[in-house]
Amino acid sequence: MMKFSFVVKDPMGLHARPAGLLVKEAAKCTSKITLRKGEKTGDAKRIFNVMGLSVKGGDEVEVLIEGEKEQEEAAALEAFVAENI
Amino acid sequence: MKTYVGKSVYHGIAIGQIQIFKKEKKSVYRSRIEDVQQELAKMENAVKEAKEQLKKLYEKALLEVGESGAAIFEVHQMMLDDQDYQESIQNMIQTQQINAEYAVAVTADNFANMFAMMDDAYMKERAADVRDISERLISILTEAQSEEVTADVPTIILADDLSPSETVQMDKSRVNSFVTRYGSANSHTAILARTMNVPAIIGLDYDEEIDGKKAIVDGFKGELIVEPTDELLAEYEDKAAQEVEKKLLLLELKGKETVTLSGREIRLYANIGGISDLQSVMLNDAAGIGLFRSEFLYLEKDHYPTEEEQFQIYRSVAETMAGKKVIIRTLDIGADKQISYFGLEKEENPAMGYRAIRICLKRVELFKTQLRALYRASAYGNIGIMFPMIISVKEVKQIKEIVEEVKAELKENGILYGEVELGIMIETPAAVMISEDLAKEVDFFSIGTNDLTQYTLAIDRQNAKLDDIYDSHHPAVLKMIQMTVENGHKGGAWVGICGELGADLTLTDTFVEMGVDELSVSPACILPIRKKIRDHR
Repeated sequence: MMKFSFVVKDPMGLHARPAGLLVKEAAKCTSKITLRKGEKTGDAKRIFNVMGLSVKGGDEVEVLIEGEKEQEEAAALEAFVAENI
Repeated sequence: MKTYVGKSVYHGIAIGQIQIFKKEKKSVYRSRIEDVQQELAKMENAVKEAKEQLKKLYEKALLEVGESGAAIFEVHQMMLDDQDYQESIQNMIQTQQINAEYAVAVTADNFANMFAMMDDAYMKERAADVRDISERLISILTEAQSEEVTADVPTIILADDLSPSETVQMDKSRVNSFVTRYGSANSHTAILARTMNVPAIIGLDYDEEIDGKKAIVDGFKGELIVEPTDELLAEYEDKAAQEVEKKLLLLELKGKETVTLSGREIRLYANIGGISDLQSVMLNDAAGIGLFRSEFLYLEKDHYPTEEEQFQIYRSVAETMAGKKVIIRTLDIGADKQISYFGLEKEENPAMGYRAIRICLKRVELFKTQLRALYRASAYGNIGIMFPMIISVKEVKQIKEIVEEVKAELKENGILYGEVELGIMIETPAAVMISEDLAKEVDFFSIGTNDLTQYTLAIDRQNAKLDDIYDSHHPAVLKMIQMTVENGHKGGAWVGICGELGADLTLTDTFVEMGVDELSVSPACILPIRKKIRDHR
């Protein structure tokens, strides 16, 4: 399993639009991708799960990637998040 | 004439004919179905059809309101595809043998409730998205036709609330404002109004009989004026014309450089008091933040904000500005801005008392906590730090020693930090007089004209009786500024202005001629000043 963390830059948090971007990107991966904020976790491929985490601007989110291609997918996702979220 | 009052969520003036938008009441009845497979297939087709519709709406919105306004329809497609949402509907059809539209309605309620219960105002509004996609599915399943607004005169739309689909389906070339009974500043109506740049009012309780009447929407006051008098109408027509001019200015100047006709660039930064101001900083296209008042961090808490709490805020601002300059002013409180846990004594003359850097240099640990947070955040963006209420070179040297200690401690602990420009506020006549010596110690000056005027003219800003002689254009004040700019440059520091005078359009030309390098003003003043500078020869 791979993991990395990121801080949400958008002052509004992981609201509809950035959540959508993230889900779209996660959907391209074959790995199981889980987001964790504090004690709450959610499936990154399901938009209601992601929005349900109620991530706010400045919150830290941990991303867990599990699957056969976890290494390359983690790297790709981390780059995507750094650029877009 | 009758005036209704609500809460404005976007400013502007609109004049037009009222059209009350009524949702077709779709009643969904529960019924028992015989063929589960057939119902599931029907559901699957409805989802497909809904996504087709949303694709078309996305394209329509893209043309009308741009990428950021259209993105919601992409999100809606994803919501329709959400496994939890679909499974919930399918399970209900399978296990309870109920009709698809009823399963959708129940699922919609459950998911909407999840959002409605969140403690975040923005997320609460997302309940409306769930209802919107579900209503779309139900319309397809029941083959209902939805109402469309097709107006041929400028139209003010009144509604209980509007969903994203409803707003996009409207003919935007005619709709010039929105008024809703419910909704919030984060509702789609508000967001769409901002994107379309038309006024919007929420929380306004209107009477049904005003449908079709002529009215004015005043997005500054949050008023809907029905059947205005001719006099008032003429007044508002003038205002509306001025607004149009301003909007054109905005469009024209966004993304442009702040350069005079002779080619000199002035850095035009924004003043902010907290994270919530960042959106308007972006919206008004500031080149950076010239004054971030850190006091709010202390004022909104009942304890000294910890290093971590401060770090998170500074980092988030630095990251949001993505490499653009962010100048943060260290704690500037005193007896006039009381914070109970500081335990400051009441003073006879607080403006000249124990405040700002004077407190920080006496309570060094407090100061160091803030500096550590600032330096840690400097690894995430382009941070500058400035110190308020300076009167001597000795103070600046003391500050720099403390800064060096903080940096050494961070290094020792292996904590990264970036390059940080250090500057001081010039707001006392003393600092002006010794500005050449001060300039050798720091990277930049920022002139705080409010305090500088108060101290130069010996006029208490708080005393309303003295308002008539409080003249911020007093030649003494302007000479002080001129002297600071000249001496700053001689000593190798760049010079900016962050007080109210910086936004005074009648002085912009003067400041440019004086050689001021930077102006930091409230976000809304950025573009008018940019225009003034671009017209300067």
